[in-house]
Amino acid sequence: MKTICFYFQIHQPFRLKRYRFFNIGRDHYYFDDYANEDILQQIAARSYIPANRMLLDLVNHYDGKFKVSFSISGVALEQLEIYAPEVIEGFRELSKTGHVEFLTETYAHSLASLFDPEEFHNQVKLHADRIEILFGQRPTVLRNTELIYNDDIAEMVYDMGYTKMITEGAKHVLGWKSPNYVYQAASQPNLKLLLKNSRYSDDITYRFSNYNWSEYPLTAEKFISWIETTPPEEEIFNLFMNYETLGNIQLAHTGIFEFMKALPRFALDKNIGFCTPSEAIDQHEPIGAITVPNSISWSDEERDVSAWLGNKLQKSAFKALYEIGERVRLCTDRRLKQDWLYLQSSDHFYYMSTKHFGSGQSQFSPYMSPYDAFNNYMNVLSDFISRVKSQYPDTVDNEELNALLTTIHNQEMEIKRLQMELKKVIGTNEELLVEKNKKKTK
Amino acid sequence: MKALMFGWEFPPHILGGLGTASYGLTRGMAQQPDMEIMFVIPKPWGDEDQSFAKIIGANTTPIVWRDIPWEMASSRLEKYMDPQEYYWRRDNIYADFSYMHTNDLGCIEFSGRYPNNILEETNNYSIVAGVIARTYDFDIIHAHDWLTYPAGLHAKSVSGKPMVIHVHATEFDRSRGKPNPIVYNIEKDGMDNCDHIICVSNLTRRTVIENYHQPYWKVTTVHNAVDPLNPEIEAIERISNVQEKVVTFLGRITMQKGPEFFVDAATQVIRKTDNIRFVMAGSGDMMDQMIRLVAERGIAHKFHFTGFLRGKQVYEMLKSSDVYVMPSVSEPFGISPLEAMQCGVPSIISYQSGCSEILENVIKTDYWDVDAMADAIYSICTYPAMAEHLKEEGKIEVDNIKWEDAGLKVRKIYDSLIGGQ
Repeated sequence: MKTICFYFQIHQPFRLKRYRFFNIGRDHYYFDDYANEDILQQIAARSYIPANRMLLDLVNHYDGKFKVSFSISGVALEQLEIYAPEVIEGFRELSKTGHVEFLTETYAHSLASLFDPEEFHNQVKLHADRIEILFGQRPTVLRNTELIYNDDIAEMVYDMGYTKMITEGAKHVLGWKSPNYVYQAASQPNLKLLLKNSRYSDDITYRFSNYNWSEYPLTAEKFISWIETTPPEEEIFNLFMNYETLGNIQLAHTGIFEFMKALPRFALDKNIGFCTPSEAIDQHEPIGAITVPNSISWSDEERDVSAWLGNKLQKSAFKALYEIGERVRLCTDRRLKQDWLYLQSSDHFYYMSTKHFGSGQSQFSPYMSPYDAFNNYMNVLSDFISRVKSQYPDTVDNEELNALLTTIHNQEMEIKRLQMELKKVIGTNEELLVEKNKKKTK
Repeated sequence: MKALMFGWEFPPHILGGLGTASYGLTRGMAQQPDMEIMFVIPKPWGDEDQSFAKIIGANTTPIVWRDIPWEMASSRLEKYMDPQEYYWRRDNIYADFSYMHTNDLGCIEFSGRYPNNILEETNNYSIVAGVIARTYDFDIIHAHDWLTYPAGLHAKSVSGKPMVIHVHATEFDRSRGKPNPIVYNIEKDGMDNCDHIICVSNLTRRTVIENYHQPYWKVTTVHNAVDPLNPEIEAIERISNVQEKVVTFLGRITMQKGPEFFVDAATQVIRKTDNIRFVMAGSGDMMDQMIRLVAERGIAHKFHFTGFLRGKQVYEMLKSSDVYVMPSVSEPFGISPLEAMQCGVPSIISYQSGCSEILENVIKTDYWDVDAMADAIYSICTYPAMAEHLKEEGKIEVDNIKWEDAGLKVRKIYDSLIGGQ
């Protein structure tokens, strides 16, 4: 039986405010609260809220035959909690139906997997914990930022205890192979992979309302007939997309919501079911291994990581950020740790991309130019780095510092233990004294 | 196709951007195999490169008939042209100008600069243009900037050939919005009566349409380009010490160029850093004012004035700079950032300059946004990736901006005008 596997991505970065070099050392708040609130509330109203409502109706209506899954970055969750808590409430209700799966990803929507395995590990754990607290289910499938994947990441992911992962079905990796099967990682055969069906996903995300597209208008009936006519052995159709496709990338007037509402009816008529990523992987055996020596992602025509790490600006900012990582992990200051996460969001690097020159600046960027983005980010990062460095003397290197901190920590524990003991001794002494007095008074 | 161009300056004797731009365009157009260009300037020096265009001097064109023996003509004029041409031109004197002040050859003397009696010079230039237009055969007239519009119009009325005017700057740019009415009238008259207007940027095009009330279809933008550096200049080495960064303003110190914004940005940066120095190269009517301003701000220990730089000195200055800043308030095009990029110097330019329409690998700010400018200067001096990226990508970008391409666009306009007749 053919099944459609829907996964929606939700992410919003903490955009930085205009931060000039004369703010360095004087101003330690980096974020543009106004813009963040404004953008999030707009998108919530246009997309997240109506889409949640629609999906909940569909799940209830089809009584579990319609299923979807979500991955919501940690930084997006935080913003939703602050600016649009009703969206979180909507996800909770979806989760309660039992037919909606939440995936885990890097908390900060970061590129840590490419450079800093420890950070990657920490963030995935942080995110999984967060999802469990909010939605009452422990994620079992991992989705790396922007579907970034390579052979090394596969091994890291497996070592973290995950056996299921989703990524892009990049043409240059798949070649003649079809994305409509479960695969396994070549570097770690126990890690099973679901691959995005780019054609069908992008038909909905990007081409749905394009008048110049030969298949316009796309109806649910037509879409399902495409899936129906694929070879019978191909059973899983992974439609992975940005949640904003529903209502923001494709605005409500394009009919995207009606399309989604009609989809399950036509699918079930043709005996095409729905499943979540973990079910898809559980129900199918991998049919082959995928080798990915160079990183892939779901971005741009190239499906590589050049949108974030394509030019010198991006690479140098990225390097400067992760060079400080080890030291940040030794710190205990909570604000510092929070800023550290927010600064890692991949979006900051995306804004610095010079790939889009000529075709107009990226529509998502709040900056006038990539140079502007780099400049602002580096100013913020300079301030952040000096804050990190001021936590502990610069002369002590990380290893030594770690040893010292461990000693301090152990001594603290020791002191606590001794204090407890002392208390006990004093307590018993007092008791003895009381008893003695009692005896005396008798 | 033969084009008769009227200009005011021609390298190597140039005073501003006009000479460089008209030279570049002429060279670019000369690459077209069937293009012949005659370039009229008030006063040739004799050392102009005539390999791709024929230079016609207004000061060697007689307007009063004098009986000159061949020996005299050849000894006086050989340096500039074939003496025979003198006689051809003499045959075309069209009115009695003997009341005018002329020299022994019957020619008017020109300064070829921008003297106080510039209006008189432009008028004289147009008288001479009448002779030139009668002497030579051409298909189209092309006049560079207002000084030559009367000459171009005269040539048009004599020959009936279509005329294109090339707006390198308008009076609105030069005067920060308070135009001299006489100059404005000359410009407007030229625009009203020509057949097509070429502007060096969309910014200028907008000015021409809005302030000179020209129909939009008559005005086309052809962005300037830049000639590749010659090897001699390419070989100039950096002269400055290693620890300190040098930030340079290079140009006329006038209202149009926004020098005070550069001083303001410098003040911000100098207060916060100790390894960045500022240089204001060039001269102009606001120079003394700027020196006072720098002294008042108390930043004179890090802020230097070089005075007017010429020829190679310009490139020495550029090559020794880490950042080039052009905070122009209103710059029709502004070729100097392109030259800085050729020298591998990261540039900061104002949105109010025409070249910002085509450049991508530069930092753009509003001229009045001193904070942004200071921030950009700091960034280039502090974050090596920024400087390197701008340097490398900027060089690649600017090497692809060629006069040949601009020439082809101009040619298209010529063709449409001649075809339409």
